[in-house]
Amino acid sequence: MFPIGAFFIGIGTAAAIAAVLAVLLAIADATIANYGEVKISINNGSKELTVDGGRPLLSTLTSEGIFIPSACGGRGSCGLCKLAVKSGAGEYAPTELPWITEADRKANVRLSCQVKVKREMQIVVPEELFSIKQYETTVASIRDLTYDIKEVTLKLKDSQALDFKAGRYVQFVVPAYELTPDPVYRAYSISSSPARKDQVELEIRLVPNGICTTYVFQHLKVGDSVNINGPYGEFHLRDSERDLIFVAGGSGMAPIKSILLDMLERGIRRKATYFFGARAVRDLFLVEEMRELEKKLPGFKFVPALSNPEPGDNWEGEKGLITEVLSRHFERLDHHEAYLCGSPGMIDASIKVFKAKGLPEELIFFDKFA
Amino acid sequence: MNWSAVGPAAVFFGAIFTNNILLTNYLGMCSFLAISREVKSSLGLGAAVVFVMGMTNALNWPIHYFILVPLKLEYLGFIVYIIVIAASVQLVEMVVERVSESLYQNLGIFLPLITVNCAVFGAVLFMFIRKYTFLGSLAFGLGGGLGWALAIVAMAGLRAKMARARVPRGLEGAGIALIIAGIMSLAFMGFSGMIPAA
Repeated sequence: MFPIGAFFIGIGTAAAIAAVLAVLLAIADATIANYGEVKISINNGSKELTVDGGRPLLSTLTSEGIFIPSACGGRGSCGLCKLAVKSGAGEYAPTELPWITEADRKANVRLSCQVKVKREMQIVVPEELFSIKQYETTVASIRDLTYDIKEVTLKLKDSQALDFKAGRYVQFVVPAYELTPDPVYRAYSISSSPARKDQVELEIRLVPNGICTTYVFQHLKVGDSVNINGPYGEFHLRDSERDLIFVAGGSGMAPIKSILLDMLERGIRRKATYFFGARAVRDLFLVEEMRELEKKLPGFKFVPALSNPEPGDNWEGEKGLITEVLSRHFERLDHHEAYLCGSPGMIDASIKVFKAKGLPEELIFFDKFA
Repeated sequence: MNWSAVGPAAVFFGAIFTNNILLTNYLGMCSFLAISREVKSSLGLGAAVVFVMGMTNALNWPIHYFILVPLKLEYLGFIVYIIVIAASVQLVEMVVERVSESLYQNLGIFLPLITVNCAVFGAVLFMFIRKYTFLGSLAFGLGGGLGWALAIVAMAGLRAKMARARVPRGLEGAGIALIIAGIMSLAFMGFSGMIPAA
């Protein structure tokens, strides 16, 4: 007969040993890894925080209501959460170095998600970041733009208002669920007009196994509560008389659409051409809306371009990579300004084309998706 | 051979020189090849391995003889030993982070990877196969760790010299490193007459 008693003794013993070790580690965590209460002094003492040490600076500040821009949610892969740390940060971690320039080094600029709070710190937080707030919202609608991009409309609760410039992004807080034990943040550009302060629209593209996109595609329903914080970013329309070139791909549509709606709202009638790159017709979206805008905004032209149209698409429009379309379209760029949003590959390739056509770097603005 | 009759001191030095776990048993090769590019980080990793090996041997010995053997649970050994190793590594990680931030950053991912360093597990298995006493096991753990550290630091030194040598293209990197490790283990065989009992 199978010795059932011995079987349970075995399991019990292994579990007991594991439990004892777990208790030991918990004790070690509370003693060795306990850095106690730590003071953080912000902007030469204009603000003082007392926090529990041992966690990354970025999440420590977030829990204190100070939101530092970050697109990757603290994984060290976007390089946005830079902060000057005057003292108390220790040496640079190898994970910071790819993002730190010589100038950053001189100014003691650190990646706040990679710096742990262990001792008293002096940091510098730009004043405008204090205006970044957390907002509670309700999902008002979810719409399929393509097979892999959804438009999510979030309505702010309690008649709050989100004041933002067109082109800015917010962070979407994904609560803990089966893919993540802790809440995580992901950045999405706002695609709605800044005139609507009571709601924001985001365009979210499915990333296979992405923590946020899986949550949005499989769990999020109309009526759910979502926390966002923001607005963040440096991407917005500059005041000038130059002709505008917009370039976007995929969900890079979002900030450009917001800027176009803002132009309509504010009566800006600069000549503008919007190149939108996609693979095939099934990747195109909001074409109707763009055609509507063409009627309302004199001088605005929407140019969708397909790199791999499928046989059934019957595509009559522009064909080829966005870079090929751009170089076909322009001879010299001497009175232009360019705004790009999309994947790093597309942006870098497009910037090369622009530079070759004589557009100086300081007139090229972009929002790279990390 | 009757290993249990060997005194702790002989076991200690034997584990460093004559029975070097890396050079005679070829255990722990992956981190040996990956971290031996720089003397500084190989020293740090070596120190961490010394600590983990000493600690896991000291913990696993009483668990084996006072818990598993009386309950006739030796078949659970592998699982229990690896749990103990994993917990020890966690502890080492916390200590290293607290004590030396730069070492912590230098070791990076290889610190948690000591958990699956086969040399650490090998040391645990050898101490039971050879039926060492508790002191012998502790000596074997510390000595084995030191031997591993000695081998990786020596290797890092050789590789630093080799940076300027002309190595045939097909042998660059791991290839030449393995050949050097082989020659090193031949050299260590010369120690075998030194400690006759071990």
